Amino acid sequence: MPDSTQITYRKSSWWKLNQQRLTPWIFLFPGLLLFLVYVIWPIFNSLYISLLQWDGLSPAIYVGLSNYIELLDDEYFYISLMNNLKWLILFMLAVPIGLGLAIFLNQTIFGIRLIKSLFFFPFVISQVVIGIIFSWFYNPRGVIGPFLDKLGLSNYAILADENFATYGIIFAGIYPQIAYCMILYLTGLNNLNTDQIEAGRMDGAKGFSLFKNIILPQLKPATFLAIVVTVIGSLRSFDMVAIMTQGGPYGSTNVLAYYMFETALSEYGYRMGYGSAIAAVLFTIMMFYILFFIYRMYQSEKKGL
Amino acid sequence: MKKIIATLTAILAMGFSSSFAGTLVINTDLTDPAPKAAFEWAFNKFQEENPDVTIEVNNFDHEGYKQAIRNFLTTSPPDVFNWYAGNRMLPFVRAGLVEDVSDIWSDTGWVDGNLTEGMSHAKKPMTIGGKQWGIPYTYYQWGVYYRKDIFEANGISVPTTWDEFVAACATLKAAGVTPITIGSKYLWTTAGVFDYLNLRTNGYEFHMALTKGEIPYTDPRVHAVFDKWDELVKPGYFLENHASLAWQEAIPPMINGEAAMYVMGNFSVALFKEGGLTNDNLGFFQFPEITPGVPMAEEAPTDTMHIASGAKNKTDAKRFLIFLSRADVQEEMNKTLGQLPVNSGSKVDPDPFLEAGLNMLNNAYAMAQFYDRDAPAEMASEGMKGFQEYMVNPDRRDKILERLEKVRQRVYK
Repeated sequence: MPDSTQITYRKSSWWKLNQQRLTPWIFLFPGLLLFLVYVIWPIFNSLYISLLQWDGLSPAIYVGLSNYIELLDDEYFYISLMNNLKWLILFMLAVPIGLGLAIFLNQTIFGIRLIKSLFFFPFVISQVVIGIIFSWFYNPRGVIGPFLDKLGLSNYAILADENFATYGIIFAGIYPQIAYCMILYLTGLNNLNTDQIEAGRMDGAKGFSLFKNIILPQLKPATFLAIVVTVIGSLRSFDMVAIMTQGGPYGSTNVLAYYMFETALSEYGYRMGYGSAIAAVLFTIMMFYILFFIYRMYQSEKKGL
Repeated sequence: MKKIIATLTAILAMGFSSSFAGTLVINTDLTDPAPKAAFEWAFNKFQEENPDVTIEVNNFDHEGYKQAIRNFLTTSPPDVFNWYAGNRMLPFVRAGLVEDVSDIWSDTGWVDGNLTEGMSHAKKPMTIGGKQWGIPYTYYQWGVYYRKDIFEANGISVPTTWDEFVAACATLKAAGVTPITIGSKYLWTTAGVFDYLNLRTNGYEFHMALTKGEIPYTDPRVHAVFDKWDELVKPGYFLENHASLAWQEAIPPMINGEAAMYVMGNFSVALFKEGGLTNDNLGFFQFPEITPGVPMAEEAPTDTMHIASGAKNKTDAKRFLIFLSRADVQEEMNKTLGQLPVNSGSKVDPDPFLEAGLNMLNNAYAMAQFYDRDAPAEMASEGMKGFQEYMVNPDRRDKILERLEKVRQRVYK
C-alpha cells in the first residue's frame, strides 16, 4: 500500500518542519492554561465585578464607576494607602540590616553554622506565629511592658495607639524579612571573587572603601533579589495585619489588601464590588512595580546575551 | 404463607420509611464544648425518637462558618443550618436561600399546633416580610457583671439609676479601681455599651428605627446617647488600652480585682468562674435606667435553626425544627449550654445568673438582638468601628457621627 506510506511520510515531515517552533508552545501549554485560568481571567473578572454592586448572593447591579468614586471619598482608603507606603519604605530597612548581619556572621569561627541558623530561624517560623508572639510582647502586661513602665510609659499598648500601631506591626513583619535578606547576602558573600579582593587590597583599598568599591558591586545580584523580595514582602503585609490588629484600632492599621478583604470577604463584608475596586487600585500600583521589574530583567538579559 | 406476607410487608414498610425519611444533613458551627455537647444530646434524642432518620452533621469552625455559610447555601445546601435572628439572616432570606417555616409557627401548626405556643414572644425577631424563617432555641441576657466584694469594700450598692451608676464609677476610680473593663479589639463589645445607652436613653423603638436606617446618626437623640457615654469615657471609667484587647483579655483585670464591672453577655460567666470568681464575689445587675419613663428593653441575642430552601429532605428538617422548639428539648439543651431556653415552658437551672436573666427578660418591655444583628452588616461594621474610635477619642464624636451618617445614606439606599 504505497498510498498510506506516502501519508505517513507527509505527516511526519510536517511535524519535522514545525517541531522546533511548536515544542516550546507544547511545553508551555499547561503553564499558560493555568496562568490564564488562575491569573488572567480573575484579574479581568475582578475588574468587571468592581463595576457592580453585589453582595455575593443577590443578583448584581451594574453601577458603573460609582465604586471608584466612593473610594475617592473614603478616608479608610487613604489611611490604607498611606500605611502601604509606610510598609514599603520601612520594610526596605530589612535590606541594609540583613547585609550588616550577613557580614557580621560571615566568619569562620567555631559554631558559626549554629549561630547562622539561629539568625535565620525567624524566617522559618510562620508569619502567624510571629504575629501572635509580637502581640504578646506588645501587651502592656507582656514582656515589653515593664521596660516601658521604667521609661514613664506605663500601661502603653502600641497596638491600641492609632499613630504607632502600624509601626508596631511593621516591626514584627520586618523581623523575619531581615533574616531572609541576611541569607541572600550570606550566599552572595560565599561567592565573592577572592582575586578581586586581593587585587583591591594590593591597590590599597581598605575597610569601607574596600567594601564599597569591591564587595558591594559583587553583591549586586543579591541586592537586587533582596529588594525584590522585600517589596513583595511589604505588599504581602496582609497576614500580619490580620493577626495583630485586624486593621484596628478603627481602621488605622489597614493596608489595601486587608481593607479589600474586610469590605468584600470578612464577617461584615458583603460588598464584592467595592472590594474589587480596592483590588483594582492595588493591582494598578503593583503593576508599576512589576513593569519596572520586568523592564530591568529584560535589560539585564539583553546585556547578558 | 402468612409468614412470607408478614416479611414482605415488613420489607415494604422499611423500604417505604427509608425513602420517606432518609438522611438529614445539618451544618453547624458548634465547636465550643458546651454547644457541641448540647447538640450531640439533641441529635441523639432526635434519632432515638425518629429511628428512621439518619443525621449527618457537618461541623464548621465558628469563625470560618460565617464565610462558609455563603458558599454552602448557594452551592450545596444542607437541610438544616444554624444562624442568628434579626437582620443577620436578612441577606440570606432576601436571596431566597432560607425556607419559609411560617407553617410551624402558625396556630394550626404543621404537626402539633400548640408546640410553639411557648415561643410566641420570640416570633418577632424571626419574622421578615410577615413570614417566619426559622426556630430560636437559645438566648442569653446582657447586663452588667460586677465584683460584689469590691462594691462592698467601697460601700457601693447596686445602681438602679444613671446617677447612681456614674457615682459608683467615680467612687471606684477614686479607690484606684478601673470602674468598667472592656476589650474592644473585635469591636462588638462597644456595641453592647452603645445599645444599652441607647435603649435606656431613647428606648426600644428608637433602637429599631436607628438600626433600620430611619434615623440619621447626626440626630440630636443620637447625640444624647453620646452625651451619656461622655460621662463614662471622659473621666476615664473604661479600661485603658481596650482597643488592643479581645473581650476575653479584658476579663483578667476583673478577676485580679483591678476592675469592677463589665457590660457583657451571660456567656462570660463561664470565663469569670474559670478565672476563680464564684457566686459569692461575682454578681449581675440590669443596666440602670437613664431616661425615667423609658420602658426597659434588654439585649437578648437569639441563636436560631433554619431550613435551607434548597434542602433535599424538608420533611425531616421540619420535624427537627419542631423537635428543637419543644419545651423539654430546649430545657435540656440549655442546661448544657448554660443559657436561657426560648420556650417559656422550659425550666431553667437553679443558677443565680440564669435566674436573674430569666427574671429580667420575662419582665422586659422588648428584646433587641444586638447592634450587629439588628443593623445590616455594612452599617454594623462601620458603626462599631466608629464606637471604638469614639471610646478612644471622645473629642472626635462629631466627625465620627458625620461619617456614620454618610454610611447610613449609602447602606439604606
